[in-house]
Parts: sequence; structure tokens; C-alpha cells
Amino acid sequence: MAEILTTADGRPLKAALQAAQARAKRRAFWLVAPLLLFVLLTFVAPIGQMLVRSAHNDGFSAHMPRLTAWFAANPGAADDAAWEALALDLQDSAVAKTSGIVGTRVNYELSGTRSLFTSTARKAKDFAPPYREALLKADKDWDDPALWGVMRQVSQAYSGNFFLAAADLARDADGTIVQVPEDRRVYVNLFVKTFVLAGVITLTCLILAYPVAHLLATLPMRWSNLLMILVLLPFWTSLLVRTTSWMVLLQQQGVINNMMVAAGIIGEDGRIAMMYNQTGTIIAMTHILLPFMILPLYSVMKTIPPSYARAARSLGATSWTTFRRIYLPQTLPGIGAGSLLVFILAVGYYITPALVGGASGQLISNLIAFHMQDSLNWSLAAALAAILLALVLVLYWLYDRLIGIDNLKLG
Amino acid sequence: MGNPDLAAAQKAEAFVVFDRVQKSYDGETLVVKDLNLSLPKGEFLTMLGPSGSGKTTCLMMLAGFETATHGEILLDGRPINNIPPHKRGIGMVFQNYALFPHMTVAENLSFPLEVRGLGRAAREEKITRALDMVKMGAFANRRPAQLSGGQQQRIALARALVFQPELVLMDEPLGALDKQLREHMQFEITRLAHDLGITTVYVTHDQTEALTMSDRVAVFNDGVIQQLAPPAELYEKPQNSFVAQFIGENNTLEGVVAEMGDGTCVVRLDDGGLIDAVPVNVTRVGERTRVSIRPERVEMNAARLQPGAHTLKAVVREFIYMGDIFRTRLSVAGNDEFIIKTRNAPDALRLEPGAEIDIGWLPQDCRALDA
Amino acid sequence: MKLKTALLATALTSAAFAAQAQTLTVMSWGGAYETSQVEAYNKPFAAAKGLTVNMVAVDNPATPIKAMVEAKNVTVDVADVEYADAIRLCDEGLLEPIDASKLPAAPDGMSAADDFLPGAVTECAVASIVFATVFAYDTTKFPNGPTTMADFFDLTKFPGKRAMRKGAKANLEMALMADGVPASEVYAMLETDAGVDRAFKMLDKIKKDTIWWEAGAQPPQLLADGEVAMTTAYNGRIFAAAVAEGKPFQTVWDGQVYEYDLFVIPKGAPNKDLAMEYIAFATDTQRLADQAKWIAYGPARKSSGALVGKYNDGKTDMAPYMPTSAANLTNALASSYDFWVDRDSELNEKFNAWLVAN
Repeated sequence: MAEILTTADGRPLKAALQAAQARAKRRAFWLVAPLLLFVLLTFVAPIGQMLVRSAHNDGFSAHMPRLTAWFAANPGAADDAAWEALALDLQDSAVAKTSGIVGTRVNYELSGTRSLFTSTARKAKDFAPPYREALLKADKDWDDPALWGVMRQVSQAYSGNFFLAAADLARDADGTIVQVPEDRRVYVNLFVKTFVLAGVITLTCLILAYPVAHLLATLPMRWSNLLMILVLLPFWTSLLVRTTSWMVLLQQQGVINNMMVAAGIIGEDGRIAMMYNQTGTIIAMTHILLPFMILPLYSVMKTIPPSYARAARSLGATSWTTFRRIYLPQTLPGIGAGSLLVFILAVGYYITPALVGGASGQLISNLIAFHMQDSLNWSLAAALAAILLALVLVLYWLYDRLIGIDNLKLG
Repeated sequence: MGNPDLAAAQKAEAFVVFDRVQKSYDGETLVVKDLNLSLPKGEFLTMLGPSGSGKTTCLMMLAGFETATHGEILLDGRPINNIPPHKRGIGMVFQNYALFPHMTVAENLSFPLEVRGLGRAAREEKITRALDMVKMGAFANRRPAQLSGGQQQRIALARALVFQPELVLMDEPLGALDKQLREHMQFEITRLAHDLGITTVYVTHDQTEALTMSDRVAVFNDGVIQQLAPPAELYEKPQNSFVAQFIGENNTLEGVVAEMGDGTCVVRLDDGGLIDAVPVNVTRVGERTRVSIRPERVEMNAARLQPGAHTLKAVVREFIYMGDIFRTRLSVAGNDEFIIKTRNAPDALRLEPGAEIDIGWLPQDCRALDA
Repeated sequence: MKLKTALLATALTSAAFAAQAQTLTVMSWGGAYETSQVEAYNKPFAAAKGLTVNMVAVDNPATPIKAMVEAKNVTVDVADVEYADAIRLCDEGLLEPIDASKLPAAPDGMSAADDFLPGAVTECAVASIVFATVFAYDTTKFPNGPTTMADFFDLTKFPGKRAMRKGAKANLEMALMADGVPASEVYAMLETDAGVDRAFKMLDKIKKDTIWWEAGAQPPQLLADGEVAMTTAYNGRIFAAAVAEGKPFQTVWDGQVYEYDLFVIPKGAPNKDLAMEYIAFATDTQRLADQAKWIAYGPARKSSGALVGKYNDGKTDMAPYMPTSAANLTNALASSYDFWVDRDSELNEKFNAWLVAN
């Protein structure tokens, strides 16, 4: 039997140790408490709220209580009670000025129905039984079974409909999940494109950053310091200024095209479109994200003594073999960290693609921004953002499985 | 260790030759000044010197990581200035071992064989042999980080030897080990080098290491070889003050050459005393000189003084008990740091500070060097 | 003692209240448009009332209203929004109702209800100006420039890059008009799938050569940089570049889509009575006419039309630049808010899908 260790005065050793450490732990907790609070308030809370919003929209259920209750109690087609509930709810919403909210919610699922609610609500105060006839007199569209199907769906405050929409899916009148018509499929393609573009940007960043990071790590101090300043310079410039300068450089009447025309490389008619398309997005984002690749690579390369390469050379390896078998594997933690960082940042970028990306260089974040700012469909924006978050987490998990997150070296 | 001396080593027969090699990094100062050196096959040569003396630069030029600014380096009769390092076929052991951290021990050893295109079976056989040679056969699948410093050292050695190079370079390979392990490894390395008959160039700043391991030692200072000689000669017959100071412990007394004889001279010390000495690099009367005497060659037991030896007055300053030996510090002819080492024998003198004694030595142990 | 404290507290509270009432905050679109509002409305109102009028510039004032009202932290009193947004925000209960009886009559006595252009006064909003989405071109590129909306979509006759606003609104209408649909039938046609397809087919013709802008300041810049040969734009922005900055830009008054910009009061505005006074003040006949001295947007009152004179440089006659001038209205379309509040999300989704597809 294991003997319980005790201190000199007979207290159990474990308890004594805990007591001795408790004070230090409390102090440590108070030191990190501000950060904890900050993270909770600025990160966990908004993301939680976003996730809730993506699945919760009570625009219909909160303002159409009678009809919502009727849907909950009756699975079948609309009866007189349903029409009465609808009419009375519309009357109330006219008074409370909520018909727009209700209409907007229904309109997300069935286009062209928003004004049905707002206009009917305006006439609702005169409604009298029989309500079905009264409503149909206000607008014959109320008889549409698709409309009732949608109303039944949206009467549930919690629904996955926004996630369906974010995956280019929708429910038809019977509630079956179907793909939306081909000319309205946006998001899946855009998710794919966002990840492909982010991958391309990560790759160009890696190819450009690798030699620079190596130079930084091996040059004598005064040169490497100068180079480091050049690398960090973009960090100290505002994003908008940088993006604008790319516009000046890249547009068809811009500096680069002008120089190429002057040098006779291209003709006046052959000016290359380097912005307002994918190329623009790739060029500008590669530039903006380059430091995020260089710095982790540099911090890893700095720790690799030149003797490894020398050892490999002395053992008979050519410089290429030395790079491939000795140097490259040792920089993998930096490559992993830089790539993950650049990729995740690229996936979520939106200002730069919005300014230089044109139509073909748009990423999913631009549509999230569109739904946040223009269409004001925050639930769909939240669903898109949640999917983006989930995909990035999956990627992170994959990375952990394949390379190991403890191999990550951020600097 | 019977070695042919330098004059006998004909350039054509020598395995490694440095011919008037100069090296400058900045175009303003020479790190290596006019280096001439040749090694016969199978020799264990140590380049010894303080840091910045140019010894590591010489090694790097030989390995191919630095290029000579002027002059030629020949390997087996071929000039190698323009041969890249990986084609020189030289094994190398680095100061920090430079074992590839992302490979196992076996993979580390396999690397030089793979790049030489050896088949799997041949590789495995050579790896096993090399690991057994350094008694590390059980560690083939470990990573370098899982090994102790001494074990890493052995693996680095095995890796440098596994492809059977004829020349091995070692750049302060034992610097990171503790004293006991270092002494053990010194022995192992020399044994291996001699058993395999490999030519070895060894760089160190530790003179004990140089003396115990080498066939010959090249003492570097200021980019110039100060003396190139077998260890015994180096210790007992230093060619100049620098070598005398750098190798072993040394007492110096300053003075002026008073008389010049055939193989002897008389030096008038700065306090007026006269002593006999062997002129090494003094040539004429009146020249300032620094007289060098090894601490263990000084006798302070008057009864044992050789007849004819000069004696000097000395005052004991300090007596230090060091177990196997005693160190007695004295003031002699104005030098307060004059040391005498005596063996801890039953009849050894144990002097109290303040005692006034006579000391003396044999004239042939006393070398008049440059001032 | 107690009485004294109470008096002091009252005095302090009312003083604080008075100080607070001294500042009215208006949220608008920035740039030349904001300048015109500051000059024509804010300065005289502040002078007349002895208070301060603050201006807040955002990309689209409709967006923060929803966030502010939902968070119950409304910091602006008056906002300037587009028609569809005014209707939508009103329907969702995010705006205070407007007391139309407070709007002043015209100088000739005509009631406000009759004096305002049709639809300019709604339940929650009062229009101040009419602006048009027009297209304009660089006269150095096309000396005998395009004259019709169809020319904008004709790359063979008028080669060169185009720029259009990124969104369905106005573009679809322009596309149909370019395809020969009379203005009066545009919305009926867009109600049908075939009509929408027809509009997108038209847009397909120039899609490869089109840059899509988002902020109103972009199109004149794109024209000035030579990035595009022709662009759609808000007419006031082209006017500002052409007249104020002397750029060689020509506006084509054919097939343009015009609509109102309206003043609204967000629900729970800190000074909503003062806000109503401001709106009544700003939308009187003279003030609306004054605004046209600063920007080429038409006043929303009939009686103001006659008072519109010259640009503030004192020599440019404003009439030819106004979206409300009879000469400019030969083939123009009034944007239908009814259509857009209902179809906005559907058509934008379709537009986005169209944009992303290659």
C-alpha cells in the first residue's frame, strides 16, 4: 500500500503543496485576468453571437405569435384558425410596425413576398371574418401553398436555413432540401475559389519569402537589419495606402504598364490587365501577407547553424541535395507556421480584394461584407462566416494531424 | 612517434600541401599570411593557436568552405582551389557535431553513402561497421537530441569516417565535452586515426589536447605558423617566446645577451645577475632577450643542484598544495610570478612564505628567446 | 438645505439637458454631397437656432442605423438614406414617423403635400434631392461620343473598358433600356424571369470589359485614370469632376435611373423633435434650391426648381446638369422602390452568382 507522504508537521504533502502554490496561482490569475476579460469580450462573445445569429432568426416567430403557435400545433394545410391567426397577427404588426421585419424574413426564403406583408398589413385594420376571404381580397397571393410552406419553415426561430443558403441549398415547399437554380449558386463556388486563391497566394508568398528569409538569417548584421526594415515597411504603412499604391502601379494606365509600353515590351493595345481581376488580388495580397511568411521562416532559419550545410557538403552532397535533404526539412516548422498564417489571413481578407480584385478576384469575405453592409441579411452573413470559421478549423486540425501543431514556430 | 621531419617531406610525396597560401576577408588585413605546410599520408597534425590566429580559416580552406585569396592547396598532388567541397572527399567533424537533427543516427550515417549512390545493403553494412567502431551500435535509431554530448561526438566521428575518406578534418571537436570525457575521446580519436591510417588535421586551442594527440603540432599566431614540430620538441625546444608561453607553463626572466658562445650564451638579467642559457633566436651580444625555463626544470633543493649551474636568490611568496604536485611561487630577479613545480615526493621541500633560498637549473633547460 | 440641493440639482440637470440639446447630429455620405448639405442646410439652421450641427460621414448611412437601433445606442438625429432603404427601415420599425404637417408650404402657398414631387414624402422619410445613375464618358476618347444607353453596351462602335456599380440595382434597368425596352415597361419586364434573363444577357455583352465600382467616388477616378472609357456614376460626382475640376467628362442623359435621397430620423434619436425641425427647415423651397448651388442634384420640391440658378462659381448654369431638368428626362426611369425592396435580395444573389461565374 502506498504511504501518504506528509510534511514535517504531519500535514499531507499534497495539501501542503497546494496551499503553498495557491497564492502564486491567485496572483498569476489576477495578472492574466485583464487579458482573459478582453478576450472574452472581444473574441468569444462576438463569435458566439455570430454563431447564434447564423442559426437563430426570430423575425417571423417573434412578431407573428398566433400563426407561429398554429404552425406548432397543426401539421396540415391552413384552416380557418390559421387564416384568423394570420389576419390578427398582421393587424398587430401593422400597429407595432413590424410587418417589414416579418416580410424580410419570409422574403429571404421566397423572393417577392416582402411587399405582400407590408401592403397587406397596411390594410389589416379593416379585416373582419371570414378572414380567408378578407386576406385574399387584399392580395390573392396569400393562397399560394409555397408561401404557407415557407411561413411554416420560418415560424421556427432556430433553423438551419441560413446554412443551407450558404451552401447554395434551399428547402422547397415540402421542406425537402434541394439545390438552388444554377444561376443563383454563388457560395460553394466562391468558397472553393477563396481556398484556391488563398492557396496560390500562400504558395507565391512562400516562393518569394524563402530566399529573402534565408538572406535575412545569414547576412551580416548591418545588412540584415536594413533588409528587415524593408520587410517590415509594409507593416508600418496603412493597408489602404498600400492598396492604393498597388492601384497606381498595376492599372492598365499605371506605372508598370507605362514602363512596359515605353520599353517596347508590349504595345499600346497590349496593356496587361493586372488589376480588377484575380491577378490583382494575388499580387496585392501576396505583397501584403509576405511579412507573415518571412518572419516565421526567418526565426526558424536563424536557429539553423551554417555547419549543417557545411557538414552535408563535406559529406559529399551537392548544394541542391544539401538544400533538399538538410536545409529544407529543418525549415519545415517555419514553412508550416508561415503558410498557415498566410493562408488563414488570406481566406479572411476582404478590403484588398474589394479594391483591386474586380469581379473575378472577389473572395467569400466580400460576400460576407455584402450581406453585413448592403443586404443587411446578417443571419446569412453569420452562417457564411461560421462555415468559413469551421473550414479554417478543419484545416488547422488537418495541419495538426499531418505536421503537428507543436512543430509550429511563429517567431 | 617517429615522423619524418619537415625537410624530408617532399612536396610531391606529401598528401596535403599548403603552398604560399594567403587569406583575407576584407581586403585590408591578412588572416593567413604566407602559409606553407605539407602533411604526409597518415599523419595526425594539429593546428593549435589562440582564437583569431588563422587556424580555423586554414581548415575551412582545406575543406572548401573558404577560398584562398592567394596560393595553392594541393590534395594528393591535385590543386583543389576550384573543387567544390562535396567533391573533395574529405571527412569533417564539427565543433557542435552538426548532426542532422531531423534524421536518426543511422540516417545521418547513411547520408554520405546515399549521395555517393551506394545500394542499401552496402550502406547498412558500412553503417553497422562505423557504429561498432565507435561503440554506438545500439543507438542506430535514436535521434541526435536523444544522445549525450559524448555519444553525439562519437556519431559525428562515425559519420565523418563512414565513407572512408583519406583525410579527416576536425574543428575543435571536443570543446563541448567535460574534462573526463574529453580525455577519453582524445584517446579514442587518436586510436581510430592510427588504426585506420587516416590523415587527420585537427584544430584546437587546447594545448594539452594538441600535445597528447598529435604527430606534429603547428602553432599558429597572427596568421603565421610559429613552430611546426612533434609535441616533445615543441614543449622542450620552443622556437620563440610565443610558443614557449603558449605551450605549457613557463617562467620568463628578461635581460640582455652578455656573451655569445658556441651553443651557449650568458645573459645579464635586469637585476644584474648572470645566467647561462641556450641561444635560440638571439644572435649577438647586447640583444634583449627573454629567458625561458619550465617550472619543473628548476631546482630549489640546494643539495641537488648540478655542479656548474648558476644559482639565483629567490624569496618564497606562496606555497600551493595541489595533490600530486606542489607549486611554489617565488620572486626571482624581479619576477614575482616565478613558479616551481615539484613532485609530491616524501623528501619534497615544503617552504613557508618568506623563506629565502637559492634556486638553479641546467643551462640547457634555459632558452634565450626573442624579447 | 434640502430645498437648496434640489434646486441646484434641477439647475444642473436642465443645464446639462440644454447643453445636450445644443448639438444636432446628421449622418450623410461625405464628399461633395456632404459639403452641399453643410452649406445649404446646416450652417443656416445652426445660425437660426443658435446650436451646433455635427456631420458624420459614412459609406451608407442606412447600415449603421440598423446596428444602432438594435443596440439601443442611437447617436445620430438625422440620417440621409436611399429610397429603398428608407422604406425597408421604416417597415422594420427602425425609424421615427415623420409629421408631414410640420413641412412648410411653398412660397406661393401651395401645400407641402402638393409641392413635393410624387412619393417624396413617406411615412418615415422626406426626400431632399433627386439623383440619377447616369453614364458618362471621356470626351478625349470619343470626340463624337455615345448618345444613347445602347451605345454603352456597344463595344464595337465604342471600344474600351466600362465601369458599373457592383450590384443589380440600376444596372438591370439600364440593360433593358439599352436593349430597347421603353422606360415605362422596364419594371413589368423585370418581374418576369425572361425579363431578368434578358437584362443579364445584355450585361453579358460587356461583362469581360467591365470593372465594378462600389463607392461613389470611384467612377470619376477610373475615368480620370484612363482605366475605363465609360462608366455609370451618380450624376453629381461626374458634375463635380467635370465642372469643379475641369475633367473632360460628358454625361449622357439617356436611359438614366433616378431616385430620391431622403432624410429619416432613427428610432430613439436623442433629439427627435429638433431633428424634425431640421428636416422641415432643410426641405423648404429656398434651402432645397440653395443646395443645387453646390451639387447637381435636383430639389425634391416643384417650387424650388424655379429658384435653381448658377453653380457657386457664379457662371455655370445648373439646369443642364440637373436630373430633374425636363431636357434630361426624355428617356429616364424613376427607380421603383416597390420592386427593389421585394426583389433586392433575390436579384443581388443572382447578380453575385453571375459575377462569380466565368
